[in-house]
Amino acid sequence: MDRLLNVTTVLSILLLIMVLVSVRRAHIRVEYSISWLLACAVMLILSRARPVLEFITAHTGVPDTPLTLFLIAGSVFLIMFFRFSIIISHLRDDNIALAQRVAILEFHIRSLGGNES
Amino acid sequence: MLVIVPAFNEEGAIGDVVCNIRREMPGVPVLVIDDCSADGTLNLARAAGAEILALPHHLGLGGCVQAGYKLAHELGFEYVIRVDGDGQHDARDIPRIFDRLKSSGCEMVIGSRFVLENGSRASAMRSAGIRFFRAVLRPILGKPVHDPTSGFVGVNRRALGVFSRSFPLEYPEIEALVVLQRRRFRFEEVPVKMRPRIAGRSSITAAKSLYYIVHVLLGVFVNVLKYDRLLHRGPRRGPDGGVGG
Repeated sequence: MDRLLNVTTVLSILLLIMVLVSVRRAHIRVEYSISWLLACAVMLILSRARPVLEFITAHTGVPDTPLTLFLIAGSVFLIMFFRFSIIISHLRDDNIALAQRVAILEFHIRSLGGNES
Repeated sequence: MLVIVPAFNEEGAIGDVVCNIRREMPGVPVLVIDDCSADGTLNLARAAGAEILALPHHLGLGGCVQAGYKLAHELGFEYVIRVDGDGQHDARDIPRIFDRLKSSGCEMVIGSRFVLENGSRASAMRSAGIRFFRAVLRPILGKPVHDPTSGFVGVNRRALGVFSRSFPLEYPEIEALVVLQRRRFRFEEVPVKMRPRIAGRSSITAAKSLYYIVHVLLGVFVNVLKYDRLLHRGPRRGPDGGVGG
């Protein structure tokens, strides 16, 4: 159990560093890094606060403490994926509307050019 | 009236499609919406005398058709008829769709292969899909629709306004019917004959069929569940005094 928690701590720290480096290099925008940083923080805290993990295990009826950790990790990342799906859907809608607008404006510009000549 | 032709890599057919439309409907503008084709579709359509709406990148059928509807709406057209760019739709049927659109006052007229037995044939898989969606749509639309997957449709300005704002992006035909129904718009079907495509391949392959069914079913039910204030204003009366639906 302790080894598992240590591995989780190391992975959380690695992920945290990766996210911070990516933000610094402008590979991820700050607003999108917050979800990742929160997820890393949750995993880091849980992996270092064993009594909290055991408290959750006892009160949720999960049979095993490591399973609680993975359930929480899975839930955190599922919520993040859901949030990113919403963002991607909005971006796609905006992208389509923009592409249509560009095409329509080009059509109007060509029509104006044709009328002038 | 405007005829729109969504096209993606249809260089084998687009020239004939535009020429046939212009022959049947002289004086009516033809707008080819090129969905960023990689072949000569755009140049061939232009050479055949069509106006071109060139999308800067590939949007898929729904986005492509909606771009045409948006432009038509901005330009003030009262009626728009959509004809596919693969040559399956017979341009000789366009006047019949247009006449029904004008005379009936309904918002959409669908060119249907199955209103009358006219020799049109769909593949076994497509026929099964059409029968399935007919059964699904019957209670939602409140009346039977014989050919819900037909892309040969005419719309009037009211539908154009709705589709300019909200149009399904993938596999739009079936969902579009539900979008109209939610606003208590009406549709009718007129018999048309469809031919095998002149060139190219259908975008719906066997492997995509399951995805198609799930996607369209989900889209239909999401549209059914959408709350619409218009629905609570009571039924809209058609020009003949009948209730739309």
